[in-house]
Amino acid sequence: MNSAINETKTDKIFKVFNYTFLLLAMVIVLYPLIYIISASVSDPSAVNSGEMWLFPKGFTLEGYELIFQNDLIWKGYLNTIFYTVLGTSINLLFTLPAAYALSRKDLVGRNIFMGIFVFTMFFGGGLVPSYLLIKSLGLIDTIWAMVLPNAVAVWNLIVARVFFQVTIPKELEEAAEIDGCTNMKLFVKVILPLSTPIIAVMALFYGVGHWNGYFNAMIYLSSKELYPLQLVLREILVLQSMTSDMAGGAISGSVAEAQNSKEELAQIIKYGVMIVSTLPIIIVYPFLQRYFVKGVMIGSVKG
Amino acid sequence: MLLDAKKNVRKKKVKKILRNWELYLFLLPTLAYFIIFHYIPMYGVQIAFKDFVPSNGIWGSEWVGFKHFTHFFESYYFWDLIKNTLGISTYELLVGFPLPIILALAINEAKDGLFKRSVQTITYAPHFISVVVMAGMIIAFLSPATGVINHLIVALGFEPIPFMSDPAWFKSVYVFSGVWQGTGWGTIIYLAALAGVDQQQHEAAIVDGASRLQRIWHINIPSLVPTMIILLILNVGSILSVSFEKILLLQNPLNMDSSNVIATFVYKAGLLDAQYSFAAAVGLFNSVISAILLVVVNQIAKKKSETSLW
Repeated sequence: MNSAINETKTDKIFKVFNYTFLLLAMVIVLYPLIYIISASVSDPSAVNSGEMWLFPKGFTLEGYELIFQNDLIWKGYLNTIFYTVLGTSINLLFTLPAAYALSRKDLVGRNIFMGIFVFTMFFGGGLVPSYLLIKSLGLIDTIWAMVLPNAVAVWNLIVARVFFQVTIPKELEEAAEIDGCTNMKLFVKVILPLSTPIIAVMALFYGVGHWNGYFNAMIYLSSKELYPLQLVLREILVLQSMTSDMAGGAISGSVAEAQNSKEELAQIIKYGVMIVSTLPIIIVYPFLQRYFVKGVMIGSVKG
Repeated sequence: MLLDAKKNVRKKKVKKILRNWELYLFLLPTLAYFIIFHYIPMYGVQIAFKDFVPSNGIWGSEWVGFKHFTHFFESYYFWDLIKNTLGISTYELLVGFPLPIILALAINEAKDGLFKRSVQTITYAPHFISVVVMAGMIIAFLSPATGVINHLIVALGFEPIPFMSDPAWFKSVYVFSGVWQGTGWGTIIYLAALAGVDQQQHEAAIVDGASRLQRIWHINIPSLVPTMIILLILNVGSILSVSFEKILLLQNPLNMDSSNVIATFVYKAGLLDAQYSFAAAVGLFNSVISAILLVVVNQIAKKKSETSLW
């Protein structure tokens, strides 16, 4: 459709406005991101005094050096990688087979199962009963508290189910049945190889969730050796600055000194840790983008 | 005869179930997960009506009726919590709901492939920033002495604003940081709906001399209405459960007046102060109101537009 020929004046004005609007949206989103990158390699005093606006000023990698020397960050990083890999594997292992089963029209009782799952989207026991459950299961302060409570997300289950419904031709299942292929074989040998887009989407969504999650860790973990990166970041980015904003000059002596040196450290590394913690997602994101848009669209339009 | 037919249907069903036994095996772990991690806590919610003593267990603790609920309703912070929770989420709804629609309509009009894709890639990106990093960014950018936003305000000749310690600013900070992070991602679902619009309608409208704005108004927006209604219902249903992870991270004693919401209150009362039964009662109050809101809005939507969740 080429409408350039009969473009009227109002259409042209509209076009200009539209492109300006989109450009503005891009700038608003991009500016803080570029600012963080620049600030992470700039002299902290230039950043704090407002001399640095867009491009790095007083280039230094000191912040990153400190980050890489910090044991807590390293440990948190490794823990997060571990939780993400283990958690995402569990997610996929639970979600994909169930979603496939639910996508089959010949599954007796699929609506009942769906109902049981969907109901939890709208009503739940809440924070305290969930916490008591995890406690009585003996999962407090174990790695399982990080991966089991979120083993399946209903929304992802629905998206995956719709994907199987829309993209897997029924004839394939019928043919397999006539050939005497079992459902298990069918799923592993035929369905899964055809489903890379949805596997990628699910892995990305669940993986990002594990990578970015802090709340479960905050309420269920008490030993620092198990802390994921986000919880370490919380101490650097949120708790530090709160005490500095709050306490003012009220603290005295050695406490203040310890606090101050910690604070200075936090000042230097705060932009760096934002980058370092988000880096893996930034790296994976472009590769998976074409998949996730497709996956979300399939799930949302026909769901 | 009828009985026979019924028997036949049942036999067929049993046969179907037996033939697909593996599919039930596929469902089993997920079913077990939901029963253990979602339905058992629902059973556990009864501690809201009990004086829960951990050593006695959920079942063994003593019933006390609505004691914890009345305690909550009569407490001095009750109306503050309601006001903050509703205030933040309606604010968020009013600002955050229309923006993805507008952005999606605008992106949809950008026919140029590379530019369009750049806008999408860039505006989606903040969605993947963790809530902790987001909170860190907000605190760093808004700091009165060192934040870039206050540097700008000062450069323009105004007084710096203590965003994070002034309760008057908390709601706006929360809502607009959410807009920055979520608007781009929120367009995906609308763009999908727009991609489904019949091109013939547009062609016919062009022949009739419709301008682009007219076509957006009369073709594109109406085609988004069902999606809008579904998302609106879902948003209203979660109006009492504002994403409290971010609030918790941004909260400090100075902005407490406007940042204390039901969810953060439950967290503090339940997990930090171990008032299990009381916090469970507050949480239950929250979920019940949410569920009622959801049903009511769904019903209204069904009547007015024939689009609904169920």
